[in-house]
Order: sequence, then C-alpha cells, then structure tokens
Amino acid sequence: MQFGIFSVSDVTTDPTTGRTPDDTERVRSMLTIARHADAAGLDVFATGEHHNPPFVASSPTTLLGYLAGVTENITLSTATTLITTNDPVRLAEEYAMLQVVSDGRMDLMMGRGNTGPVYPWFGQDIRNGIPLAIENYALLRRLWTEDVVDWSGQFRTPLQGFTSTPRPLDGVPPFVWHGSIRSPEIAEQAAYYGDGFLHNNIFWPMHHTKQMVRFYRQRYEHHGHGRADQAIVGLGGQVFVRKNSQDAVREFRPYFDVAPVYGHGPSLEDFSAQTPLTVGSPQQVIDRYGAFVEDVGYYQRQMFLIDHAGLPLKTVLEQIDLLAEEIVPALRTIVEAKRPAEDVPLNPPTHAERVAAARTAGRSGATHVGDGGDAVTGTRAEEVLR
Amino acid sequence: MSTRRTLAVVTAGLSQPSSTRLLADRLAGAAADELRAAGHEVDVEVVELREHAHAIVDAMLTRFPAGDLADALDTVTNADGLVLVSPLFTTTYSGLFKSFLDIVDPDALTGTPVLLGATGGTARHSLALDYSMRPLLTYLRAQVVPTAVFAATDDWAGQDDDGALPRRIARAGRELAEAVGARPAAGPQDDPFGDTPDFAELLGGS
Repeated sequence: MQFGIFSVSDVTTDPTTGRTPDDTERVRSMLTIARHADAAGLDVFATGEHHNPPFVASSPTTLLGYLAGVTENITLSTATTLITTNDPVRLAEEYAMLQVVSDGRMDLMMGRGNTGPVYPWFGQDIRNGIPLAIENYALLRRLWTEDVVDWSGQFRTPLQGFTSTPRPLDGVPPFVWHGSIRSPEIAEQAAYYGDGFLHNNIFWPMHHTKQMVRFYRQRYEHHGHGRADQAIVGLGGQVFVRKNSQDAVREFRPYFDVAPVYGHGPSLEDFSAQTPLTVGSPQQVIDRYGAFVEDVGYYQRQMFLIDHAGLPLKTVLEQIDLLAEEIVPALRTIVEAKRPAEDVPLNPPTHAERVAAARTAGRSGATHVGDGGDAVTGTRAEEVLR
Repeated sequence: MSTRRTLAVVTAGLSQPSSTRLLADRLAGAAADELRAAGHEVDVEVVELREHAHAIVDAMLTRFPAGDLADALDTVTNADGLVLVSPLFTTTYSGLFKSFLDIVDPDALTGTPVLLGATGGTARHSLALDYSMRPLLTYLRAQVVPTAVFAATDDWAGQDDDGALPRRIARAGRELAEAVGARPAAGPQDDPFGDTPDFAELLGGS
C-alpha cells in the first residue's frame, strides 16, 4: 500500500498566532512539504487544483514539474484535476509533458470541483458537471491513446486531425484515478475504464465510503477488468500526531475549532468519531487506519491531509516525519498482511508495470507522430491539415 | 399489498411540555385511527427536533448527518406519511424546522402524503400555514393534504366549545389517512445506487 499526503493549498490564518502567509510563502511551503515528504520516504505527494482564493494551487503541472526535477522517488499526483472546467486538450498535453518530465513518476486524479462560480469563470455550467466529466475524459483518453483524433462533442470545438504532443511516455498514458465523494456516476466511470477510484472520505462517515467503494468494485468486475477485490482503490485521511496523545489534542484543537469546512461545528471528539480524523499518538493512527481494510477491502493508496487550517510549516514537516518514521512502516505491515490474495494488486500500477502490460497486450501507442502517420489508421496530421 | 404503514411525526416545538408536540400527537393519532379503521397496521414514530438541534447545525456545516440525526432522517424519508408541526415564530415556521428540512434530500419527499400543523399565540397567524409552510412542501413535491391545522393558545382552553379544533384535527387526520392508504407501502430504499445508469448510457447521453 502506498502512503502519501495531499494538499488543498489553502492560505489560512494560524489561529494561535494570527499570522497569515502570503501566496508566495504558501506555494514555497508546498514545495518544501513535497520535498520533505520525498526525503522522508513517503510514497505520494498530490496537489489540489483551485481557481479561487484562499487557495493557491491553480497550476498543478508547473508545481509538479518543478517537483519532478528536485525529488527522487515520490510519486507526483493531483487531488484533483478538474476534468470539468479544464480543456481536455490542454490536460492531455500538460499531463503527457509531466509524465515525460518526471519519467513516469506521476499519475493523476480526475475530479469535478465543487465551487459553483469556477464553472462560469471557465465558460461552463455546474449543472453539466457529470456530462462534462464524462465527455471531457472520453476525449482525453482518445488524445492519449490515438495518435490522430477527429472528434466532436457537446462542450468544446470539434477537432480534425489533431495530435496531442508530446505523445505519452513509451506510448502508454499515465494511470488515472477518479475522485468522487457522493456521485455514483463517477464510480461507474472509473469502473468502466478500469481506472482507480479514490474516495476522499476525510469529511465523511465510513459507512458512506464503504457503500461507494463497494459499488465501484462491483462495477469494475461487471465491466470485465478483473475481480471486485482487484479494483484499484484509494482513501483520504486526516491526522494530527504527537508522541503523546494529549499533546496532539491540545495542540490541534485551536486549529480544528476554526478550520475551514468543519470549524465552528461539531466538537473535535465528535468529528473524530464520525470521520477518519485522528488526533493522537502514532499508535492511535496505526490502530484506526489499519482497520479501514475491514470496511472497504484491501486498497492501494492512503492519502493524508496534514497541511491545512493554518498549521505552520515547521509543524507540518514534523507531521511528515512522524508519519514516515512512526506510522507508515507499522501500518504498512499491518494492512499488507490483510491483502486477501497474491493477485490483488499490492500498489497502484507503476509506469513500468503499465508499459509491460501494454506491450504484452499489444496496446502501446506511438511515441512520435510524424511522417509515418498514425500507427493505426495511416493518417498523417499534415494530410488532414492540407 | 402490505397493510402496514408508518407515520413519521416531526415536531419543532422547543418547550417541554410543548403545545406543538401536543398538536402533533393529536394529528398523528387521528390519522392512525383512520388508517386502523381502514384495516391497516400503523407504526407512529416521533422526531422531536429539539433533541437534534445541535446535530442539525453540525450537519449544515459538515454536510453529513451524524448518529441519531441520520436515523431521524431515515425515519422521515422512509415513512408512508408525515405529520409536520412547527411553532410559528416571527410570522413563519421556526428556523429549526426549516433547517431540518434543508438537510433532507430534496427528492426524498416526492409524492409523500404530508399533513401540516402549526401553533401560535393567536389565530391572527393561522394563514402562515398556507403562505409559508405549504409552499415549502410543494417545492419538495410532497402531497400536502388540503386541511392544515392551526392551534392558537385559545384553542386549548376549550372556550371555543363548538369543537372546532377537534373537528379540524379529525378531518385532517382522515385526509392524511386516505392519502397514505391509497399508496403502496414505501419501505426503506435498500440500494442507494440502484438508479445509477450504466456507463454506456452516460456516454451516450453526453
């Protein structure tokens, strides 16, 4: 199982000091956090995508492209990439470029975004959220898997003889997750394509997560990608850890009480009981997160939110160290022992594994489209344009 | 066809004892009597919103109902008929009553027979039932029965001894019972994703 961190990139006043970082400082903090997570040995760093204050992560591939150059092992990902309001042509280009730049050390997660005004800012309508997610992703896949694309749809201008460049690394597109909290249509979409499904349950009760994951697994099997227990599943999570449980609660409570999303609402104790939020000692996190496989089956990626609500950078870096040293090794041993069978994937697929699988199946595409034209149809972009 | 019917009673009274609860019980009792007379078995489940007041606000902030409130919402959305009673505050239903309806799934009450009741200090506010409560339930596409019952303080004193309040309660209960009895038993939704279209359909529709 992979363990990583994801950031929503919020600029939030530290309620204990009244200090607010500016956008530059917050972006630099994200870079530091990701580099620290890589050095500490965590498996994944994922950035959100937002186009409204107080969030700074508007441009994920710039951020992740830089990180690809300064990190060694960590998988770079998104949480989430807006499949609704981004042009799928730009997504195909930007994430293929990131894939090449990172040498395949990346994947991405599609999401719809839940901020109403973002849709009209990008010329869309939130009431079309699901149809946009479906049409845009269908086009994005074609742009990655077909060398020359003729296309027309409901939401963007038609394409004639279009080739997205660079072609995917080794002719094999990045692995894609679909994130959704409430929409079974998105779980169905992930299942249909045999993609991963991440339920970001950080603010949700486990019984709801359980239902969504079970539905995705059933549909994954229905669409013929393997058994339900072989589907690729990820979960969100949220922790605040100190060696001593009381210290963790005392330190985190002022952040919790006024945090965006849930602040001024339920008590820390109630919210911890109702959601995966765990504030306490490393052992408490291990006990709680080690049991989630009982609810959703063995899954491949566990993400943690650790840098929101105005927590200072120093604290966040300490959280990464505690995760990497005190929690993940023990947690990994516990959950991996619960994997039901050898043919249930231990981790999400790596680029190398996907290349090997594609070659075996004869599905890898061209790595350059030029005079030779489309490897499948023989069509050349120049001919179509002439 | 099953003869068992469940009536859920939502009462937004704040005091204890509450005249709103009293009216709610009378209305539910009248409807249950009529249903039993028509050969149904009847379960009556009462949701006192006062007990869920904090959880309702939490649910508005966290976007999920927790614990007992989740059970209360299930009770309401799975019922065959509803009795909804609110005190009137500042010309309309109480904020707590509205907040509760705000966290009910907007499609969950479609077609559900509903009997409305309200309590207030004087009969001068009785039309609030029809200018505020009824449109709210119409928006939710509930089947609101024609008689809604308002009870002012005087109504409980028995001075108005032509029996107007008991008569209104009996008529309203009869209307709710007829609407509930005319529909098949609702029962709980067992598969929350049962109506999710197959992906081929989703692709085709885009």
